[in-house]
Amino acid sequence: MLDLIVKENKQLNNQYFLLILGSPDELPEMYPGQFVEVRVDNSPETFLRRPISINFVDYKRNELWLLIQIIGEGTRKLSTCKQGDLLNLLLPLGNSYTIPTNEDSKLLLVGGGVGIAPLLYLGSKLKEKGIICDFLLGGRSKYNLLQLEEFSNFGNVFTTTEDGTYGEKGFVTNHSILTNKKYDLIYSCGPTPMMKAVAAYAKSKNTECEVSLENTMACGFGACLCCVTDSVDGHVCVCTEGPVFNTSKLKW
Amino acid sequence: MVDLKVKLGQVELKNPVMTASGTFGYGTEYQDFIDLSRIGGIVVKGTTLRSRQGNAYPRMAETPLGMLNAVGLQNKGVDYFVNNIYPTIKDFETAIFVNVSGSTIDDYIITAEMLNDLDRIPGIELNISCPNVKEGGMAFGTSCLSASQVVREVRKVYKKEIMVKLSPNVTDIAEIALAVEAEGADSISLINTILGMAINAEKRIPVLSTITGGLSGPAVKPVALRMVWQVANAVKVPVIGMGGIMNATDAIEFLLAGASAIQIGTANFIDPTVSIKVLEGIEDYLKRHNFSSVNDIIGALEV
Ligand SMILES: Cc1cc2nc3c(=O)[nH]c(=O)nc-3n(C[C@H](O)[C@H](O)[C@H](O)COP(=O)(O)OP(=O)(O)OC[C@H]3O[C@@H](n4cnc5c(N)ncnc54)[C@H](O)[C@@H]3O)c2cc1C
Ligand SMILES: Cc1cc2nc3c(=O)[nH]c(=O)nc-3n(C[C@H](O)[C@H](O)[C@H](O)COP(=O)(O)O)c2cc1C
Ligand code: FES
Repeated sequence: MLDLIVKENKQLNNQYFLLILGSPDELPEMYPGQFVEVRVDNSPETFLRRPISINFVDYKRNELWLLIQIIGEGTRKLSTCKQGDLLNLLLPLGNSYTIPTNEDSKLLLVGGGVGIAPLLYLGSKLKEKGIICDFLLGGRSKYNLLQLEEFSNFGNVFTTTEDGTYGEKGFVTNHSILTNKKYDLIYSCGPTPMMKAVAAYAKSKNTECEVSLENTMACGFGACLCCVTDSVDGHVCVCTEGPVFNTSKLKW
Repeated sequence: MVDLKVKLGQVELKNPVMTASGTFGYGTEYQDFIDLSRIGGIVVKGTTLRSRQGNAYPRMAETPLGMLNAVGLQNKGVDYFVNNIYPTIKDFETAIFVNVSGSTIDDYIITAEMLNDLDRIPGIELNISCPNVKEGGMAFGTSCLSASQVVREVRKVYKKEIMVKLSPNVTDIAEIALAVEAEGADSISLINTILGMAINAEKRIPVLSTITGGLSGPAVKPVALRMVWQVANAVKVPVIGMGGIMNATDAIEFLLAGASAIQIGTANFIDPTVSIKVLEGIEDYLKRHNFSSVNDIIGALEV
């Protein structure tokens, strides 16, 4: 459990914001795909903590980034954080995406909406290993495509929007790159229907696929058993055995 | 130095702060956050004769100052507990109770028998109050007849502390408490969760896969306090109070109402170190009011 200081709260547009949190002490080691549980406050509507993915960690500046979409009361309250506020977090939680050892691996990272959040940190870790990946990012319209500049620092960026306001028109799974290129591993995070479509594509190409699930959670550290998903091993906790799963383990 | 020791039937706890079943895993989940040897006792996850997958997802809904759960006693069964989990937790320096549930009386009997031989388990908490399983569970705890029957049969095979956990989903809780006391319960814990429901209006569907679930958290505290007070006034055996305890003041209210110990449930999810804070808060309170022992405030409500 850690108290972090809000260094900056960047409103990206009226739906999304980026919290940059700092710490006087060294941040613990965190892996891409892991998440934090943020305490909002004690108001009746925001009783439990909110699970949020690790968007990026800058160890030099001792900064943790959280990219958040405003959904309800909890995320709305977080969006009003001011510089200097303290946030109480449990971190880091959950497992992480597999980092291949082979530098020649052809990797595709597919994100939809705010589901792109963990992919930025994953891309940065892959680059550290010498792997330049492809990012395929989708949104309803151009306002739902976030951090494109940051992504382009770590890999090649491809985009789709449902309304055609940016990139190719359609869903991520309609993007031309999928017909032109063959990958060794596909990672995905976003709305479940999107991840299922990506998993189906990967299966059709005999490609390994890892997805990150967003089940509702009460604790985030394996104590309540509220967050389970069905798997080949029966019900497993998304917060401890996930949030990242190989789709062969899920019954997808 | 204030004396924090409390006696629960056959067992003495180093202090009255326990953690509630289903909210504290097997204790191991909290080892990174707190020193388990500081708390008075741990009640581990609900254990059944055979392994259970529990209910389908979604199993949780957040509600104002509380949550509904429908976990449905997911666990790997008592065999697995005895062979794989017990060895990893037996050296915790705190009293470990196993919460036992069943669909039939035989389930309760066999499970309790298997736990009887575990040296480091001083007692079981008989869960006759789980609202999240179709068969058994709460059904046993909602009538005096079936509640008495379970306790009577388990008493025959289980020699150590039997703590019976009552359901709040009854008309007269004191009546059930008296019935289980008469059959040899060493202590009585309450409350389990209150049956509730949440609806997603936009989608016109229930939030939980099971439609109804168990409500816990501060939202249930006034009901829990009332029931603890009623039961403590009715029975002679010690009472363990729980339901919505978030801090030391909440815990002290339960002690004043007549509880000899308290259990903390849902609050652990929000602050995994809360049990230690509650313990320290109780100690402060006793010092501030010049009590030399926590026993001085048990049932000390002035009415
Ligand atoms: C592992 C994980 C990582 C996540 N990462 C991010 C992220 O990086 N950025 C981001 O914006 N969102 C992320 N989410 C989703 C985020 O947790 C929810 O949007 C948030 O909890 C909504 O809270 P609220 O109070 O605003 O909404 P409300 O709808 O009012 O919340 C009501 C309750 O439902 C829960 N809830 C609602 N939506 C979700 C959801 N999608 N997933 C899980 N619980 C939910 C809330 O926690 C709360 O208990 C993640 C979820 C998980 C499980
Ligand atoms: C997620 C969850 C799982 C629970 N599982 C059990 C269980 O297996 N056995 C049991 O007797 N009570 C179980 N309970 C009930 C708690 O032990 C406790 O009685 C109740 O939550 C009230 O206390 P609280 O408001 O402090 O949480 C569970 C509660 C929650 C929230
Ligand atoms: S959220 Fe509690 S076990 Fe996963």
